[in-house]
Amino acid sequence: MSEQLLKVTIDNITVEVPAGTTILQAARKIGGDVAPPAMCYYSKLQGSGGKCRTCLVEVSKGSEKDPRPMPKLVASCRTTIMDGMEVKNITSDRVLDARKGVVEFLLINHPLDCPVCDQAGECHLQDLSYEHGAAGTRYEFQRRTFKKHDLGDYIQLHMTRCILCYRCVFTADQLTKTREHGVLDRGDHAEIATFIEKNLQNDFIGNVIDVCPVGALTDKTFRFKNRVWFTKPVDAHRDCDTCCGEVQLWMRGHEVFRVTARKDEWGEVKESTKGGTGWICNTCRFEKKQVSDWEIEGPTKVNRHSVISQGHYVGLQKPEETMPKVMDGRSPKLLMDIHSVSEVNKPNIELSKLDRPAHSTDFNQ
Amino acid sequence: MGRKLLLEKAHVEGIRTYEVYRREGGYRSVEKALKSMSPDAIVEEVKKSGLRGRGGAGFPTGMKWSFLAKPEGVPRYLVCNADESEPGTFKDRYLMEFIPHLLIEGMIVSSFALGSNRSYIYIRGEYAWITDILEQAIEEAKANGWLGKNILGSGYDLELYVQRGAGAYICGEETALIESLEGKRGNPRIKPPFPAIKGLWDCPTVVNNVETIAAVVPIVNDGGEEYAKIGAGKSTGTKLISACGNINKPGVYEIDMTISVEEFIYSDEYCGGIANGKRLKACIPGGSSVPILPANLLLKTAKGETRYMNYESLSDGGFATGSMMGSGGFIVLDEDQCVVKNTYTLARFYRHESCGQCSPCREGTGWMEKILLNIEQGRGKMSDIDLLWDIQRKIEGNTICPLGDAAAWPVAAAIRHFRDEFEWHVNNPDECTKRNYGLAHYADPIYVPA
Amino acid sequence: MTMIRFNDKQEAEFQRLVSRYPEGKQKSALLPVLHLAQDSFGGWLSSEVMDYVADRLSIKPIEVYEVATFYTMYNLKPIGKYLFEVCQTGPCMLRGSDDIIAYIGEKLGIKPGQTTEDGMFTLKTVECLGACGYAPMMQLGKFYREHLTKEKVDQIIEECRRNAAANN
Repeated sequence: MSEQLLKVTIDNITVEVPAGTTILQAARKIGGDVAPPAMCYYSKLQGSGGKCRTCLVEVSKGSEKDPRPMPKLVASCRTTIMDGMEVKNITSDRVLDARKGVVEFLLINHPLDCPVCDQAGECHLQDLSYEHGAAGTRYEFQRRTFKKHDLGDYIQLHMTRCILCYRCVFTADQLTKTREHGVLDRGDHAEIATFIEKNLQNDFIGNVIDVCPVGALTDKTFRFKNRVWFTKPVDAHRDCDTCCGEVQLWMRGHEVFRVTARKDEWGEVKESTKGGTGWICNTCRFEKKQVSDWEIEGPTKVNRHSVISQGHYVGLQKPEETMPKVMDGRSPKLLMDIHSVSEVNKPNIELSKLDRPAHSTDFNQ
Repeated sequence: MGRKLLLEKAHVEGIRTYEVYRREGGYRSVEKALKSMSPDAIVEEVKKSGLRGRGGAGFPTGMKWSFLAKPEGVPRYLVCNADESEPGTFKDRYLMEFIPHLLIEGMIVSSFALGSNRSYIYIRGEYAWITDILEQAIEEAKANGWLGKNILGSGYDLELYVQRGAGAYICGEETALIESLEGKRGNPRIKPPFPAIKGLWDCPTVVNNVETIAAVVPIVNDGGEEYAKIGAGKSTGTKLISACGNINKPGVYEIDMTISVEEFIYSDEYCGGIANGKRLKACIPGGSSVPILPANLLLKTAKGETRYMNYESLSDGGFATGSMMGSGGFIVLDEDQCVVKNTYTLARFYRHESCGQCSPCREGTGWMEKILLNIEQGRGKMSDIDLLWDIQRKIEGNTICPLGDAAAWPVAAAIRHFRDEFEWHVNNPDECTKRNYGLAHYADPIYVPA
Repeated sequence: MTMIRFNDKQEAEFQRLVSRYPEGKQKSALLPVLHLAQDSFGGWLSSEVMDYVADRLSIKPIEVYEVATFYTMYNLKPIGKYLFEVCQTGPCMLRGSDDIIAYIGEKLGIKPGQTTEDGMFTLKTVECLGACGYAPMMQLGKFYREHLTKEKVDQIIEECRRNAAANN
């Protein structure tokens, strides 16, 4: 394969990417709001994507060779870049409208039980609804319910919260040799289940919790123990025969409340320092809840997909393009200029240069 | 009387058997193709014929065939889509039930043209007895040397199998059909890649409707140009129309696409008029997913011109005032029928048949069904009509496969043309459970601006 | 519990079905094999039967469950000796399928989805079966019963009862 780079322009920002890159990956390279939300796509799971339709974008120019626009919105996670392609994401009213529709569809049967859901605070559906959804609902019918299934001592399944992203099915297929759960039934009654009540026991099956974008699959050993935003993520590792042993401990004081794989800014499990994806085994995840089990490296640099990220600007890259350029000449809608009233948020302070969470003292310059 | 190419012999006694079919000139196209034509020459004839896919989308068959990738050493497959499940459509069943050898013959010639040595007919599971008829026909064809190794000494090998589905409308979508044929759930694939590049078992694959495959037989026999002479404009050849609903003579008719819609409905040769002396209220001319039209827009276009039974004329006016040829499922509603109820049953159908893979279709179809039931039973609100419109708009075009569009269009068209009937349901919650809205103004002559 | 196993005739059919696909693609036979299994083991698919099919095709049981629950023709619960599947979609509705469904229900004393107490009849409403021109209609076993009227329904029920008595 030649290393030829292809040019693609997304929301008026041009980047160069290798052939075979999808629109979504290219947009993630740019980052920020230009990256479409993705609820089902997971770069580490082969075959994932295309289903949730939240990442739909408008291709206003197919390529340099064939400049015709694509008639329908396309799933950016499954559409590869052609040289000279032009894509509109947040600059397309069509996209924003369709996305709003998708968010509404995902929510009409969602229980909205965030107050009692362990995923709250790190839930992609919450983020999605907040960023792209409408304030109210137009759905006036009873929400869908399912028969409860027990998946064993480790994993809690709340089918009512599921958005059928299929990520957990791909995970079981690709990480374990013995997939025991799948999507049963069809249409609006399709569900994640095992058919016969079965405990999911494979060593790596716990990773379905990390890939689940919502609170459908949660950690039973952490259930109702704490809210994620009260716990502090800490990078740690241990020697493990089964997996890379590189994890995030979610702690409060000296107590380990939860163990997860390490995740990147898109909420996906990171590459391990030993190579390959940093999936972790059930022993590390569920059985090692003592600080003494772990070698602690230090606080995790948290990503934007978490309420814990408040005040964290580490690694943030400011785009070179100005807002009006990105937004096709339109200026962003500002309710007020924060700088004129705020004592702390001064434009001359580069928070992104800080190598740690911002603190009030940083503003006393 | 229009010319018939497919069903001309369908009523010859015993045509279901090989002997009679052969005596009536069957399998001539295989002889001609294998003895005197190259595969490319057949593709060329199909291109010249202007044949358009008869499954619903109407895509030119010759062009579809020419997209088929031909990498060295990789098998190619032809799959016949006999998963006929679009409400209103029962034409393929008729063809397979009465003249099964025509499909077998078409499959042999088409497989030869595409270089497939192993072809499948994927038939909907409910057509169990037709599966037997087809398997019987295949056995006979094989016994007489039309299938198997070295057919007619040409060096060409072909095995043909019938695969039964098990109850899923979605398997009529070509990639869902391929998934199902691979023994999986009928979840449509995300395209690209298209089946022509990566289809059955990841090999290049063509999926064609039964009627399309059957039409290849007369095209090879008489030549593509002869075929193209029949019909009108880009609607070449003949088309099977399955007519149903409130007409005197429901059934399958082969038309040459030059007759008017009015003639088709009222002539004794075809539907024989509206049943029980009633008046025509509305019609869904191409299978349940195409837009429903009120009587006045069905018989004449918005320009006041006669509407004909062909691809161009039926879609004249776009979705604003036209419809589509679709699969040829012609559903007629008389003055006593309720458009809201009819739309509700279709919405229920699409909810039932959604595979559940992508969110707009999985969630949206059920939502529309619930609202339509409310309106139909007099529990609806005026705002529900606009909500329905918005839901269908947000499903259309945003799903993985065309089932989303197919679910959205009937709702959109019903509201577009019959909004006052919906409003009447909302405004008359008691009355609407006792009687129907009736014909109203739907057959009145339309105003045509000079 | 009796051992689930195809008899010789069923086994021959199983082999015929599997032979229709290239080597290594035996999973493709899943749909037809499930039909065969359903016909062979009492008209429905128990989890034991599905596990047997998975084993015979060398695939995971969950792959069978996923498929069996997707398609409407596989019965995951025991059904009556005679299954009336009456179409209720648009074209049949236009020709009075609602009345036929109500009549059958009344006559048998069951609602759609239920089985009569004697285990003889199950009534099921289904979506379009591709017989729109011959509406109203139902599927009974392998065949379609079309142009249904109340009289015809009476006859069909009688016929089923007669056949059941003759076979006992």
